[in-house]
Amino acid sequence: MASDQKDPDKERVPFMQRVLDNPFLLLFLGVTIPTVLYILWGVMELTQIPVAP
Amino acid sequence: MSEATFRTCPTTGLKVDLNAQKLIKANAVAAVVFLAIGGLFGLTVALTRWPAVHLLPADWFYLALTAHGLDVLLLWIIFFEIAVLYFASSTLLNCRIAAPRWGWVAFWMMLAGGLITNVAVLQGQSTVMFTSYPPMMAAQHFYLGLILFAVGALVAVGIFFGTLVIAREERTYEGSIPLVTFGALTAAIIAVFTLASGAVILIPTWLWSMGLISTIDPLMYKLVWWAMGHSSQQINVSAHVAVWYAIAAMLFGARPLSEKVSRGAFLLYILFLQLASAHHLLVEPGLSSEWKVFNTSYAMYLAVLGSMIHGLTVPGSIEAAQRRRGFDKGFFEWLRKAPWGNPAFSGMFMSLVMFGFLGGISGVVMGTEQINIIMHNTLYVPGHFHGTVVAGTTLAFMAITYLLIPLIFQREIRFPRLAKWQPYLFGLGVAGISLFMMGAGTLGVSRRHWDITFADAPLDFSYPEAAFLMLALNGLSAIAAALGGLFYVVVVVASVFFGRKVEGRVALEAPAGKSAVASYGSSESLKIPGTLLLVGVFFVAFVLYYFVNWKYLSDIWPMR
Repeated sequence: MASDQKDPDKERVPFMQRVLDNPFLLLFLGVTIPTVLYILWGVMELTQIPVAP
Repeated sequence: MSEATFRTCPTTGLKVDLNAQKLIKANAVAAVVFLAIGGLFGLTVALTRWPAVHLLPADWFYLALTAHGLDVLLLWIIFFEIAVLYFASSTLLNCRIAAPRWGWVAFWMMLAGGLITNVAVLQGQSTVMFTSYPPMMAAQHFYLGLILFAVGALVAVGIFFGTLVIAREERTYEGSIPLVTFGALTAAIIAVFTLASGAVILIPTWLWSMGLISTIDPLMYKLVWWAMGHSSQQINVSAHVAVWYAIAAMLFGARPLSEKVSRGAFLLYILFLQLASAHHLLVEPGLSSEWKVFNTSYAMYLAVLGSMIHGLTVPGSIEAAQRRRGFDKGFFEWLRKAPWGNPAFSGMFMSLVMFGFLGGISGVVMGTEQINIIMHNTLYVPGHFHGTVVAGTTLAFMAITYLLIPLIFQREIRFPRLAKWQPYLFGLGVAGISLFMMGAGTLGVSRRHWDITFADAPLDFSYPEAAFLMLALNGLSAIAAALGGLFYVVVVVASVFFGRKVEGRVALEAPAGKSAVASYGSSESLKIPGTLLLVGVFFVAFVLYYFVNWKYLSDIWPMR
């Protein structure tokens, strides 16, 4: 192998590809985002409804 | 250490772990059994809604509607999705499946849960609809069955993630996972949120049914339940898009137009698709417009963008592959010369078209807070989701079954002529069901009423005559779809149990092989004029229909 040729193992992997190649990061995002934006935000709003006298 | 035994598929060259193969078979067979049961209940529901037939008495109608929703929306779909997850991880990654014994634990938990809940419904004490909103209370074992099913499915999803880890550690693939596996990963991620939400709300509801908790807040229940109820349909969307890519790759050797773009579209699903659950709560007074509009109109549109990208890239990848094979004349030779007699292709392509035109467009319309008010809780809602879950997901799953039977069950398809016509009959019926229910919903017919004539009601109310016509056409469409479903079950059962053993290579329409379906790589051609024209037609239909609904809203909401 020529010395000036890049070693493919050391080639910098683009950021988005690293994100997409990490199933557990995607799992974290895919669970956290709807939990915060849909469930927690929704639960916070429902708990603020005053109880009927 | 691995104790796996593999065989090599003579057609695709893929290594198949025999433990995974058995689990795929078991889950797929259970799925088809529940489809048959749930489909039969669905036919009785449609025939009851048809005023001239009005088949069932009220109590049986609601019982059948509960069982229909449970069996097809949850059991058929999720059993099949677990089969897809095992196929997309173990088989496509040439890898042993993680913890196969736990796979069987998951399977038996899901099966036991499904059977227990069905028994509870058939006993007549759990006619609470698929949504089971409190304060309606079902029998204790109704909730127990659902919890068992959800936990079993969660274990199966864990096995999928475990298999991804094994494949990476044992370096059974190079670079990134194949796109079909990435689509399955998307489905699995949404499944974790879905099933966990289901467990979170159903466990206290079960305790409530046992008298251990005094009340369940109905609105809180609705909020969390829909994180399961609607997100479970988003698992379907991700899974059936993965199936579209798989069929395109296996039949045509088609590669995605751009791996990055298709993965980006799946990422939009992962981040935003579950938020669409909020459209079920658009008329609830306890939630703010900010919450409603953000979760539906803003975030959901990003997920819709993902679907539109797939709607371009899946047919585009087929067009590019067909043009490479010489079908290059005009706009549509690639489509005319496609294997329309192969049920795997015809089912997949109809699923793609109907999911976009029927389920997709109506979903965006319904997800808009303002327009939603004219069709909320009308028959439009089941019309929409029969366009997504049945015309989209079920038809796609039926289509890939025609490839899985020879490749995984290693049997030839029995009754090939019946199989050839099956997707057309089922597709035609389902398109009718979706369209005519949406038509009835637009005329105001309520979603779950047993009798639209209100024959025994103390106060008169009349729907327009056209609504009766819509429900009659819906009934006829349901008969066609039920026949199509019956053909599917007959072909699958006959092939799996009595089909001739496949010896040697399976004749697929095109050079399929391992390369397209099980590796990373984009198509090198972007010459897709036919697909671009079809996408243009879709956009025109989308814009017109969207604005027509604003016009409807302005007619019923005379603020001058």
